[in-house]
Amino acid sequence: MNGGSFVLNILILGVPFSVALLLAGLGETINQRAGVFNLGCEGIMAMGAFVAFLPPYFLAGTSLAGSANLIGLALAMVVGTVLGLLFALVVVTFRAPQGIAGIGLQMLGWGIAGTLFRHYVGGVTGVPGIAPMPIPVLSKIPVLGQVLFNHNPLVYIAFLLVPVFWYILFKTPWGLKVRAVGTYPRAADSLGIRVARVRYQALALGGAMAGLAGAYLSLAQAKMFADDLVAGRGFIAVALVYFGRWHPVGVMLGALLFSLAQALQLSIQVAGIDFPYEFAVMLPYVLVIVVLALVRKARMVGPTELGKPFDREQRV
Amino acid sequence: MGHEPIRSLELRGITKRFPGILACDHIDLSVGEYSVRALVGENGAGKTTLMNILMGLYQPDEGHILINGKEVRFRSPNDAFDHGIGMVHQHFMLVQNMTVVENVALGMKSAHLPFRLDLASVRKKIVEVSERHELPVNPDAMVWQLSVGEQQRVELVKTLCLGARFLILDEPTSALTPQETDELIALLSKMSGELSIVFISHKLHEVKALSDTVSILRRGRIVFEGRTENHSPSELAALMTGHEVELPRVDSTGLDRSGDRGLLSIRDLRVRGDRGNLALDGVTLEIAPGEIIGLAGVSGNGQRELAEALNGLRRPESGSINLDGVELAGSSASRIIAEGMGYIPEDRNTEGIVPSFSVRENLVLKDIGQRDWSRGGFLRLGAIAANAAGLRERFDIRCPSTDTAAGSLSGGNIQKVILARELARGPKALVAVYPTRGLDMGAEEFIHKQLLARRAEGVAILLISEELEEIMNLSDRVAVIYKGKILKVVPGRDATKRSLGLLMAGVSDE
Amino acid sequence: MNKSFKFAYNAAIVVAAAAAAMGIGAIVLAAVGANIGKAYLVILTEPLKDMIGITEIVVRAIPLSLIALGIAIAFRSGILNIGAEGQMMMGILASSATAIALPDLPRPLLVPLAILAGAAGGALWGGIAGVLKARLGVNEILSTVMLNYIAAQFYTFLLRGPMMDPEELVMGSGTPQTVRIPRGAWLDRILPGTRLHTGAFIALGLALVVFFLLWRTSAGFRMRAAGAEAKAARYAGVSVERYLIIAMLLSGALAGIAGSVEILGVHRRAIEGVTGGYGFTGIVVALFGGLHPAGIIPASLFFGLLLLGADMTQRLADVPANMVLVLQGAIILAIVSARQFMNNPYAQDKAARLLSRLFGKPEPPAPPGSIEACPDPSDSVDPCLAGEPQEATR
Repeated sequence: MNGGSFVLNILILGVPFSVALLLAGLGETINQRAGVFNLGCEGIMAMGAFVAFLPPYFLAGTSLAGSANLIGLALAMVVGTVLGLLFALVVVTFRAPQGIAGIGLQMLGWGIAGTLFRHYVGGVTGVPGIAPMPIPVLSKIPVLGQVLFNHNPLVYIAFLLVPVFWYILFKTPWGLKVRAVGTYPRAADSLGIRVARVRYQALALGGAMAGLAGAYLSLAQAKMFADDLVAGRGFIAVALVYFGRWHPVGVMLGALLFSLAQALQLSIQVAGIDFPYEFAVMLPYVLVIVVLALVRKARMVGPTELGKPFDREQRV
Repeated sequence: MGHEPIRSLELRGITKRFPGILACDHIDLSVGEYSVRALVGENGAGKTTLMNILMGLYQPDEGHILINGKEVRFRSPNDAFDHGIGMVHQHFMLVQNMTVVENVALGMKSAHLPFRLDLASVRKKIVEVSERHELPVNPDAMVWQLSVGEQQRVELVKTLCLGARFLILDEPTSALTPQETDELIALLSKMSGELSIVFISHKLHEVKALSDTVSILRRGRIVFEGRTENHSPSELAALMTGHEVELPRVDSTGLDRSGDRGLLSIRDLRVRGDRGNLALDGVTLEIAPGEIIGLAGVSGNGQRELAEALNGLRRPESGSINLDGVELAGSSASRIIAEGMGYIPEDRNTEGIVPSFSVRENLVLKDIGQRDWSRGGFLRLGAIAANAAGLRERFDIRCPSTDTAAGSLSGGNIQKVILARELARGPKALVAVYPTRGLDMGAEEFIHKQLLARRAEGVAILLISEELEEIMNLSDRVAVIYKGKILKVVPGRDATKRSLGLLMAGVSDE
Repeated sequence: MNKSFKFAYNAAIVVAAAAAAMGIGAIVLAAVGANIGKAYLVILTEPLKDMIGITEIVVRAIPLSLIALGIAIAFRSGILNIGAEGQMMMGILASSATAIALPDLPRPLLVPLAILAGAAGGALWGGIAGVLKARLGVNEILSTVMLNYIAAQFYTFLLRGPMMDPEELVMGSGTPQTVRIPRGAWLDRILPGTRLHTGAFIALGLALVVFFLLWRTSAGFRMRAAGAEAKAARYAGVSVERYLIIAMLLSGALAGIAGSVEILGVHRRAIEGVTGGYGFTGIVVALFGGLHPAGIIPASLFFGLLLLGADMTQRLADVPANMVLVLQGAIILAIVSARQFMNNPYAQDKAARLLSRLFGKPEPPAPPGSIEACPDPSDSVDPCLAGEPQEATR
């Protein structure tokens, strides 16, 4: 294998790898902009991956098999929304501390997905998954076509969602409210904006996105489900939001950075380079820590009330 | 919007309870068209709670609101806006990292189109309102870049853009210089020709200058109502506090400190603020033993950075801090504490005490490593409890037991805990930042007396305050800070509100 | 509001939280078609039916309590240590390497040395997160989670490579494990025929040490102050950053000791899967035990029971053992939700008024202008759970 094809391989692998991180990261961006830090993202992704896997698994061979993937995606988003709302109940209504509540949600998601998986499926089983959909003409462009336009539809959707989320956040009334309740909820409240409602909505959207991200893992990336399928990607997505300074484009760049690191790790193994496998697997996790250590606290950019519950009758 | 204009607004029997306190106790209040009603009372009298009820932010436990004789129920501020009621809160309700136009758009529901925020219409409205009322604002400025006075204007414009014909102003002058205050009062009296205004304040000369009628609140009850012109400020003050309060004053006649060596001397101190700007740009101050220097200035001109630098919480860029011959610039907080610096910080709940710690633990917070309170690393619980019992007596700290969580005490008692801890340590110098902010006059009197007693014992005191009255009452000398520089130091007896006000606005007479 | 009302109120919250957690568990049990009552009965009583079961509960409670003690130190000092799993692995590696390298050392020397090595291994791993937080402001939850993944890879790398039992290569079975730890480093079994080992005394002893450290020493006082209100602690001259690092070192050391005790007492060699989620269950134990040693010891026994019971449901009620993760997650969510209502004067007041409205009992009005409103004296407001300080006055 020569150097050029080695790099090309990393790029071709890296772009689809970024999708789960990107989808979850976009949702988490909305959560954090609204002032809520949702570490439960990891658990929601596990649940999303699991429920999305069910329709193709059970409907194989039936007349519904053709739309099983779509049903799975929808199911993952619904379950993600429900878990997002459960988290909202705990941290918005009950004002529980968000960090530790997120760990609780993570365990709950892992636990439910694992329990149901063991009971209904048992062992690792593959599903057909979502097929690639090369874009006509564009995919024929040398190099670029392979890297960008020869993937499954979710890849294109995820990258199209970046400008959509930018628009939602900065150009719509709801985005304005989201940014206000994450920075100065008291001011939003004084203008008749229901802080709790906006945070519930944000967490519902974030949950749906995390569910979709999980579904991507089981249906498009791995084409199977396993207990440890998510493997910390939910936590990495949370870290990406800091890295991307709460901006959809920043989050996209971060997702690409990590997925390329992961692709590099895989390519090293495939290429048979003499480097301990375990250290290659560590790479993305080490990268998260390095990136977090390098990102300086940005002033006047992000949500300043991140992590703080709001109580109207609590005096300043 | 959709509702007829307010000709009369009436509150009847409004009652609101918070745990352990009756914030509003059957309050009746009525306001007519095109008039200015002053609502006067001490901190904690219930003024802000009452107005938050009128805005729909709090729900009253009992009582009704009537507009033009008909009962209305405000479940959220939107209901109040719909009736043309708007409020400018004491703490500005502006999102710092958004632009002015975005802040106004947040409340303007007409700009909330299904998939788009119509900022153009909001900008148009802002321009319209600011021209009509002569309130110049830049719609595209980020709020955090604006000065306090400009933010005040944005608040007014925002409230008017939302259609307010009935304006509630909660202590609108608390962060302004005397000159800015005069401008605001003039502006408001012009606006009162076409609006109704409720003006909340405890500054009685402002009440006299602006209002037609005045209501006085004390401990949740209306104790007086009348036409403003018929009553003198001192009359109103007595009604407000319920008794004659004569705040103690410093007596520095005949003292000349100009030749004294400073006990606490600050030389050419430069300190960076949070945004990397030079918050203190060459500050020099000499505080003699037994002297109180009052630092006057609009907040945000370097006061916080000065206090933090003096206490080792912010590293100076350059310059010297010398306490009784020991150089302390750049030392750690613990070293500075050990050298005898006392500190009453600005935010008593998060900087002065650990709220979940008991009163007795908070009283030894700074000295837990001292032999008095721990030996060989182990705490001496008996001695810590005995210390607390003594200080509780001496400083009149009202708490069920010294085991009570300090955060559950009232503001005045929390301040007494801090004061007791700092003064019992026998400091050589004391930095007191807004020591009476938000306290009632009884607590204020107690704290002023304590500061003067320490002065008599030879402690060098730096008093940072935004209340000119407090500074002029207590200070031997007054220093005025503006944009990180000391503009001038004047003897306390020569200081007048007018002269200090000009200096606070940056107008130096040299 | 009188005392009995407050008690009833707090009791009602606890019952509601427990019911909510059991309820979530019940939904999942129903989803796998299990008999809910029977499944809970198996989890909660089956392990108690014989001596082996009871000792096995304690065997699980030993590492759980040690980890939870460490997590309590960290949480009380204002740092959320999610990394006990990785710290435990590093403790196992350091401890087993030390014991294997020094087989000839006399027992009274080797056992403490092996345990100290475990503590050092865990402290190193915890300390990384502490330094990152204190010096560079790296969110400790994220860094400790990442360090868990890194430690897991490192653990596998050593067990499959440099530290692998040479026998395994010869035999060709390739099980990733070290050689047996020399007998001189073993912790004794207390009851013959069971796996109950003297690590239990180590856990009890360290519980006392942690209590004294946090509530009876000036260092502990400063750590708790830094955790409860970092700003006030800093203003009082406490070097918050330094105590953050110390807290993470101690927290990691306890997790490392947990790993060390587990292999010296139970497995007698480092193998894969020793940690088995103890690091995460330890978080639940710490919270359930109120972040206090006196609560953590019984809580660790309760969760030892749950872990063992969940293993048994697999066989007896056809419920996968992952069920215990569901319960743990639900319990965390229930605890943190309930905490915000307990000893909260606002919520209490609302509840009292709601009750009086429902039953028409007139609530005596508070005296006008009463400024003091002191809820029960309690230092039970723990730093990480309290969120905003409750301000009782205006």
